[in-house]
Amino acid sequence: MIYWDHAASTPPYDEVIQTMTEVMKKHYGNPSSIHRMGEDAARLIKRAREVCAASLHVKPPEVILTTGATEGNNMAIKGTAMQYGSRGKHIITTQIEHPSVYDSCLELEKHGYEVTYLPVDSKGMVNPSEVASTVRKDTILVSVMHVNNETGAVQPLAEIGQAVKQANPLTIFHIDGVQGFGKLPVQLEEWKADLYTLSAHKIRGPKGTGVLYKREGITLHPLLSGGKQESGLRAGTENIPGFVAMSKAMRMAAEQTDTFMREVGALKSALLAWIRKTPSLELNSFEEGAPHIVNVSFPGMKAEVLLHTLEEHGMLVSTKSACSSKTAEPSRVLLAMGRSGDAASSAIRISMGMTNTQQDLDRLLAALETAVNRLQPLRQEGMK
Amino acid sequence: MNYDMLLLRFGEFTLKGKNRNRFEKTVLTHVRSVLSSYPAAQIQKEYGRLYVALNGENASQLIEELKKIFGIISISPVVVCPSQLDKIVETSTSFLENLDLQKETTFKVTARRVWKAFPHPSQEMNHLVGSPLLKKFTMLKVSMKDPELQLRVEIREQGTYIYCEVIPAVGGFPRGSNGKGMLLLSGGIDSPVAGFTSMRRGLEVECVHFYSYPFTSLKAKEKVMELAKVLSGYAGEVKLHLVPFTEIQTSFTGLGQDNLIITLMRRSMLRIATMLAEREGALAIVTGDSLGQVASQTLSSMNVIGRTTDLPILRPLIMMDKSEIIDIAKRIGTYELSILPYEDCCTIFVPKSPATNPNLRIVESIEASLANLQTMLEEAVERTETVVLTPESMIEAAEDGIDEEWF
Repeated sequence: MIYWDHAASTPPYDEVIQTMTEVMKKHYGNPSSIHRMGEDAARLIKRAREVCAASLHVKPPEVILTTGATEGNNMAIKGTAMQYGSRGKHIITTQIEHPSVYDSCLELEKHGYEVTYLPVDSKGMVNPSEVASTVRKDTILVSVMHVNNETGAVQPLAEIGQAVKQANPLTIFHIDGVQGFGKLPVQLEEWKADLYTLSAHKIRGPKGTGVLYKREGITLHPLLSGGKQESGLRAGTENIPGFVAMSKAMRMAAEQTDTFMREVGALKSALLAWIRKTPSLELNSFEEGAPHIVNVSFPGMKAEVLLHTLEEHGMLVSTKSACSSKTAEPSRVLLAMGRSGDAASSAIRISMGMTNTQQDLDRLLAALETAVNRLQPLRQEGMK
Repeated sequence: MNYDMLLLRFGEFTLKGKNRNRFEKTVLTHVRSVLSSYPAAQIQKEYGRLYVALNGENASQLIEELKKIFGIISISPVVVCPSQLDKIVETSTSFLENLDLQKETTFKVTARRVWKAFPHPSQEMNHLVGSPLLKKFTMLKVSMKDPELQLRVEIREQGTYIYCEVIPAVGGFPRGSNGKGMLLLSGGIDSPVAGFTSMRRGLEVECVHFYSYPFTSLKAKEKVMELAKVLSGYAGEVKLHLVPFTEIQTSFTGLGQDNLIITLMRRSMLRIATMLAEREGALAIVTGDSLGQVASQTLSSMNVIGRTTDLPILRPLIMMDKSEIIDIAKRIGTYELSILPYEDCCTIFVPKSPATNPNLRIVESIEASLANLQTMLEEAVERTETVVLTPESMIEAAEDGIDEEWF
């Protein structure tokens, strides 16, 4: 089996697993306890927070430790809405966000907030000037992802951040950075980011851990009530082994970003070149996108069929995002890019990591070729 | 803008006739120690100022570090160009372009012809450089008196220095150039600020902290070490004396004089600090007292407390408001540490109504009734643990079982 689903989750680094095991075994104290074991646990959290902060070039108090991106995105969006609802009720996001952002916004609409879902062009990009003209006096939040999880499209965050702050300096700018960290340079200051979400299991860290960066001076209304952990922003006993291991994964991923871009980017270029030569396939990803995601449609063939055919050949890929791949609907992201229903229902996502090699890619290309040739005659237009 | 050099100006110590050399040498050593992590940078010394040639080192990073050097009052990033009129005008133009003027700005050029073989004298240069700039940048308005923007042009044989920004630096006297004092470091907001302001005046500071385990936690001790570590960033290194105070502090309880506990405690602290000063060769005691802030800082409390030592007690914050102290604490990076909520020896055994007007005679007679007070004080000094902290110090409680490899 060769794993081509790194945008869904990644194989943890051996070092991460080792850290998890050792810390879990040794430091089971509760960081809120005031005896020695509690203090040691608290010190581990403190150190983990420092390492996470250093990887993002921010200050340790600006790092909130979470259970992952779903929590981070919910906390960023709902927490901002609840905190700053008296300032305004308008929120801007895009049509291509991850469900944890998109559905949070849908939820807020039920509570009297007004949400603008910005369209994207055929390459899946948001237009910064459209952001600029949409921000209003009562816009409290703009939420845009760094890298799209289905197509790998990279948003022009510096321009968008500039546009947001120029139009309304009080508007909070949130970035869902889940698919970008470790894959592309992250420049929170240049982007003018106020909030930035990260998940550890996408960067070879443990599941159930993540970071929400919250710029100094921004207040969020907590979603969980209880203890005073995370400065009162997130009640609940800290996941000590998880957070320590996450800090290690973040440090390693940040240090390896250049290598990732170079090595995985080379695999992607080769894959793109092969797909371009195959007339029955339509690309939804582009050279200028993130180095690890290739989304391709095989119009007329349900994505699941291609996926299972590839699986027979030992290639594990995915359809849409893992979080919505079990629903049978066409991809909302691809429809937003103006793709046909056929194209949006037949797309698979191949997402790569540093554990993939050139030999892996050769096998993938062979498998793709066989699968496409076999399924080609069975295609139906306007399929359901 | 790519700067070539930094110009560092010395502060008031340049007025001090005979000691000036010693002061300058101290600053130079300090600058050198900062530059050691920027190997390409080179120092050029001149009368009353220093130039640091960057040779490709990062200007803004270096400015951030050099700004903290005591004795330097301001820093200007400098661009160097060949000493030819057209090059000087060209460089000045790109210098102003880089400033990206958005509103009307008063302006003048101040040229200084150090190299007398240069064909245009200083006055003439002001015009030769100024007029093309005025033509190009419409936001500029000439003002000879107190302009917002002053472009300095220093013409030297080896090249012309152009600069306009004057970045304020910390000022004060070179570090350690004005003797040594013992700082009572509690863990609160004030004492680290008192330490910093003393250091800025050239005082070498050794910190004294009193702990009362188990009434105070190990975290409180760790916090004080962190504070001393921040201070060491300004001094290179800082000595911290950790004095066990439990026995002395508890001996003052149960005397039926709870309202005097703070007074008695402070007097003992001063006595211990004085003994340590003698041992370390320090000539003053520094405290974070601010007049009237708490019961022990009223004038009559300070009178009763201060009588226990013959050394001068320096109170740099005495006439400052809390908000001013907090501002400095935030700026020097001690505030966030100071507000960590751990009990220290000054916050335990605090009576409901501490005396704001203690009676010296009663205090003295209580102390006289404690036969072993002097022994306890001497023992405390003996059992004092001394650690040296530097900005690189790793502060961890002993054997915490934390492996740095995990991160």
